[in-house]
Amino acid sequence: MRRVLIAAAVACLAAVGLSTPVLAAGAGSVKLQAGEWSFAGPFGYFDKGAMQRGFQVYREVCAGCHGMEYIAFRNLADLGYNEAEIKAIAAEYEVMDGPDDEGEMFMRPARPADLMPTPYRNDNEARANNNGALPPDLSLIAKARANGADYLYSLILGYDEAPADVEVPDGMYYNSAYSGNLIAMPQPIYGDDVEYTDGAPSTPEGLASDLTHFLMWAAEPKMEIRKRIGVAAVFFLSIFLIMSYLAKRRVWAEIH
Amino acid sequence: MANTNSKPGASDTDVRDPGRRDFIVVATYAMGAVGAAAVTWPLIDQMNPAADTLALASTEVDVSKIAEGQAITVTWRGKPVFIRHRTGDEIARANAIDSAELRHPEEDEIRVQKPELLVVVGVCTHLGCVPLGQKTGEVKGEYDGWFCPCHGSHYDTSGRIRKGPAPTNLEVPPYSFLSDSVIRIG
Amino acid sequence: MAAEKFSNPVVRWVDHRLPIFSMLDHEKYDYPVPKNLNYFWNFGVLAGMALVIMIVTGIVLAMNYTAHVDHAFSSVERIMRDVNHGWLIRYIHMNTASFFFIVVYIHIFRGLYYGSYKAPRELLWMLGVVIFLLMMATAFMGYVLPWGQMSFWGATVITNLFSAIPFVGESIVTFLWGGFSVDNPTLNRFFSLHYLMPFVIAGVVVLHIIALHRFGSNNPIGIDAKGPQDTISFHPYYTIKDMVGVAMFLLLLAVAVFFFPNAMGHPDNYIPANPMQTPAHIVPEWYFLPFYAILRAVPDKLGGVLLMFAAIFVLFVLPWLDRSPVRSARFRPMFRIFFWLLFIDCIALGYLGGKPAEGIYVLLSRIATGWYFLHFLVLLPMLSIFETTKPLPKSISEPVLATAKGVA
Repeated sequence: MRRVLIAAAVACLAAVGLSTPVLAAGAGSVKLQAGEWSFAGPFGYFDKGAMQRGFQVYREVCAGCHGMEYIAFRNLADLGYNEAEIKAIAAEYEVMDGPDDEGEMFMRPARPADLMPTPYRNDNEARANNNGALPPDLSLIAKARANGADYLYSLILGYDEAPADVEVPDGMYYNSAYSGNLIAMPQPIYGDDVEYTDGAPSTPEGLASDLTHFLMWAAEPKMEIRKRIGVAAVFFLSIFLIMSYLAKRRVWAEIH
Repeated sequence: MANTNSKPGASDTDVRDPGRRDFIVVATYAMGAVGAAAVTWPLIDQMNPAADTLALASTEVDVSKIAEGQAITVTWRGKPVFIRHRTGDEIARANAIDSAELRHPEEDEIRVQKPELLVVVGVCTHLGCVPLGQKTGEVKGEYDGWFCPCHGSHYDTSGRIRKGPAPTNLEVPPYSFLSDSVIRIG
Repeated sequence: MAAEKFSNPVVRWVDHRLPIFSMLDHEKYDYPVPKNLNYFWNFGVLAGMALVIMIVTGIVLAMNYTAHVDHAFSSVERIMRDVNHGWLIRYIHMNTASFFFIVVYIHIFRGLYYGSYKAPRELLWMLGVVIFLLMMATAFMGYVLPWGQMSFWGATVITNLFSAIPFVGESIVTFLWGGFSVDNPTLNRFFSLHYLMPFVIAGVVVLHIIALHRFGSNNPIGIDAKGPQDTISFHPYYTIKDMVGVAMFLLLLAVAVFFFPNAMGHPDNYIPANPMQTPAHIVPEWYFLPFYAILRAVPDKLGGVLLMFAAIFVLFVLPWLDRSPVRSARFRPMFRIFFWLLFIDCIALGYLGGKPAEGIYVLLSRIATGWYFLHFLVLLPMLSIFETTKPLPKSISEPVLATAKGVA
């Protein structure tokens, strides 16, 4: 009896777990390719080199249209940059400050505490500049899509000739990973789009993988510490579970 | 005593509470207590300043536009900082007194980097009010520095406590000259 | 007699004036608990613990959260990125909400299986249903607070349920919103109520426990304790047994919080709320899915809403629908089969609630909904009349000695 109930409880949990990815799958034929991620699994970590390269891809390819409004320059310390490097990166951007003593807003070079400036002042300007399509903010994109990392990787590499039966309207592009297969974003990466400062090869797969790595960090910057604490917590609680079970047996020894 | 334990003669604690002295039982409860204590730390630490707050810990100020005898107030870490361009007379008065006699003995010269520019945190060291004396026409107290209206503390032209309940001088924040005209506080 | 119990003079002094130690002592040693409770009786304590975790982490989150449409989303992101351990506290809050429902659902099914709702525990059961309703309201409003896409559209859809009420529906919805759409006033009142409700729940939990202690716990055999040989003291036996359950609960919670923190959430809630665009697949949190399936099973707006609420309210009258004098399903062979069918039916409803309302899913939802009500309104009353139950043991201790199966 008890085993049946436990099995049922597990089945119940499994059903819940199964139903979630099912919900996420959208209409249209969507093909995702699985990347290999150092951040996967309970001991996952962020590869600093990949993140720095990904940040470079973001700056040179994506940042023209996509902002990252929740990322401050100081956060780049996670990528392995030191304080002076972060100051230098920040100083390349201008942010609005003010009002000054005359009541005017003014532009000044960014400082580490500033958030990264976004390419458009608001959504309306963004739409007006992109044929009515809104380029989403990328700071949370890896968590805001189901199977975030694989999805982004597949999306960037998913541009293809449309099959004969699919009509692609003007200003739209065929993408095998996108829900509905028609996307307003032109193909961002062809290979050799970026000359990596560390000399890594600039293949489409490499660029897409590095960018995904960077975006995953941006969405979940506390992942490394989370998993590290998690391993310790699970270890502690496993011991606690064993001990309390033994203690329970000891206390109940006289009852049956 | 309504003891529901079915064991006969169950009156003393060990029988009422079997396993009470067992290592494994004691260790289990102890482990639970340690775990609970460990969890309280994040719940408390979340009240400490967050990363974005700490990142805003410094402010840059252009001090070249402050006329002699004038003062400005800038915000640093959410608190007012008084920057006063002191006159020769004010500097002389700050140096005229033997600092050993003061409640909080400090030479004027260790409180400034350039004698004409006094930078102090504008928070009374008594209970945290903002003293008067920044604007022309405001009460500056008996020593021509600042006067705290809350409980009547008088500060001199070096921001030192001279009279009233405040225990220490106005705090000098850490600052440095980035150039002749710009200082960075914090 | 009370004062002499304690050797510590301070304890004795306090207890003489404020007998809290005597009360604790009474609960620990004098309150008789059936000796044959299995691990399914852990779930009441686990639910209480989940409530405490939710209240503690919630109070702490409220210190860092801003209830304003322009700042709610970014204040949550600030918690996740900048506040010390903020990510940990929020993930615990998010995941414990789901675990709370898992625990309470198991607690409810345990009650259904062992007949814990039957006389004289009807009020105990009904208070439990009240707690369940309050939990759903609290969880719903809490999900709105991060002001993501699912927050916004969940709030819109659920509040619109009330528009099904004839004549006054529209006015009620406007009243709930404090405006003409879900907006800042809505967010503010939801935050206020989300903060209040857990304490209301805690109050009803106290009543639930008072009602429990009137006749004590039911047990797997479902017959009353006949005397001291059938019972043991709560401490140390059930404190240590609950500790095992607590350890298991925390272990699973830790796995979720640290390794799958967003598995029970929806990715769309990491997109800021946009009143101009509804996500393609809008679904409530998983724990509402069975009720959502019932709502959608009916092609009529008012009918769907009524049926959904009826699905919960039928639990209130359950003690009078099932009139069988035998409590535990162990001695009710037919009831046991139907219990499992109901269980499967509820899982199916949960699965269907997460599917798009089209094609075969609509038909299956209707069948599952029909079966749900058939079970409570027809099968249970019939079973009470026609079922042949197995003979009951004479006392709790008798089968405990014979089969140690039900006890760990």
